[in-house]
This record gives sequence, C-alpha cells and structure tokens, in this order.
Amino acid sequence: MTSIPLEYFLIVAAALFLIGSVGFLLRRNLLVLLMSIELMLNAVNLTLVAYNRVYTESHTGQIFTFFVIAVAAAEAAVGLAIVLAFFRVRKSVRSDDADLLRN
Amino acid sequence: MNTVELVFFAVATFFVLGGGVFTVAQRNPIRSAMGLLTSIVGVAGMYLMLSAEFLAAIQILVYSGAVVILFLFVIMLLGPSAMSERDTKTAISRYLAAGVFLASSGGALFLLARMAGAPTLLKAAPAGFGHIEALGRELFAAELVPFELSGALLLVAVVGAVAVARGKQIDPTLHPKVGEAPPNALPKESAK
Repeated sequence: MTSIPLEYFLIVAAALFLIGSVGFLLRRNLLVLLMSIELMLNAVNLTLVAYNRVYTESHTGQIFTFFVIAVAAAEAAVGLAIVLAFFRVRKSVRSDDADLLRN
Repeated sequence: MNTVELVFFAVATFFVLGGGVFTVAQRNPIRSAMGLLTSIVGVAGMYLMLSAEFLAAIQILVYSGAVVILFLFVIMLLGPSAMSERDTKTAISRYLAAGVFLASSGGALFLLARMAGAPTLLKAAPAGFGHIEALGRELFAAELVPFELSGALLLVAVVGAVAVARGKQIDPTLHPKVGEAPPNALPKESAK
C-alpha cells in the first residue's frame, strides 16, 4: 500500500474534521454534538497515523493515537453520563435548554 | 497508481466522509450513530492502508465496539425524546457561525488540494512497522508513564460516569416540561 500519496490522507482527514466541526456548530442535540467531537478526534488520529507512516523510525504518532482513543472513550462515557443527568433535570437533550444559569 | 489500492482508498474515503455527513445531517440520533459507525470503519480501513494494523483493530474494538454501543444504549434509554426536533428560533447565529467556519476551512482545504509540488509518495514500511510487537515494545518502555496514567484516567472516568449518571430521581412534577412554562428560576426543593 504505497501508491497513495500522503496528501490524500491529509485531505480526507481535514474534510472529516471540517464535517465534525460544522456539525458541532450547527446541531443542538447533545448526542449529535458528542458524535461530532468523536468525528473530529478521528480526523486528528488519521492525520497522526498518516504522518507516522512517513517517519517510520518510531511509532510516536501511532502511540499518540492510542492515547487519544483512550481519552476519547473516557470522554464519551463521561459526556453521555452528563447527558443523562441533564435529561433527568430538564427532560430534554437540546443544548439550548441548558440555561438554568441565565437568570 | 495501483488500481486496487486506489479503489480501496476511494471506498474508505466514501465511508469516512459519507458517514460523517450522515452523522451530522440526520435528525434521528440512532441514524447518526450508524453514520458514526460507518465513518469509524472507514478510518480503520485507512489505518490498514497506512500499515497501522494494531490501531485498526483497536479502532474497531474501542470505537465501534464500545463508544458507538454506549451511544446506542443512551439513545435507547432516552427514548423518543432523543430525537432532535426542527426549530428556527436561534438558528441564524448558528448558521452564520457554521457558514463562516465552512467557508474559511473550505478555502483552506482547496488551497491544500491545489498545493504546488510533487505529492509525497510513501516508501515501503520497514518490517513489523505498526505491528503489535513493535508498538508494545515502545508502549511499555518509553511510554510507560503515560500508559499507566491513561489507565488511571479510564478508572476515574468510569467512577465519574457512574457518579454523575446515577443521581437521584427528581420529582417530575417540580419540573415542568420545557416549553410549557418559562424556566425562570432554579428548581426549588420544597417537598423534601
């Protein structure tokens, strides 16, 4: 698998990050917001792995990706727990309804 | 270019980007989760192409095996109220922000795509690159402290998730459903 240039992977990763960030800005369903964060983390991971494929003397990029995956799993667990707690208080999963501190 | 590799890359790209758009665009969060799953599988395919076989396996196991399933559990726990209804009240500023971001980063992506200079062709990877043995050696020698810290982080996250999600069931009569009454005060704990 050596005929695809590095830039192709980087462009795909950038496009995926773009999709995730626009989704994060546009949507107001908390679950979809968390999914958009996962998309962005995946894009960053893809970039790290692609660059690690160029500099093959160490595995730093892949190990960093490993840690990012661990942190993403922890983040998803805590984030979904917060969504559940929020739903218990407000009976909603819209981010606009998180306005108890407004007054 | 090798046709087989190009086809594989095209299919993986389609999975990644199509799944991403599907995730963001769907109103039903279960469909969003399926889009996220598609995107994750596509990224795992790209890891395979970049000779990161161990990470591809981890990606499938952790993301599609744990994270997406967790999302699905929460969505099914919430039931139909997890659906995002369409409304246009505060949409303008959001669309403006997303439009500005989309335009600027789309321009950056365009510049990146038409960047001058020959594309960086990858050389053949050394034997064992990205395999679990090489990665494990580095993980347990040079990166031992971060590895142990990530274990501690996962433990704290699990305990924190349980502590946050367990909570007490608040009396639903104290909290009118959103949209029926203006929530202009913090809920009072008058009953008990």
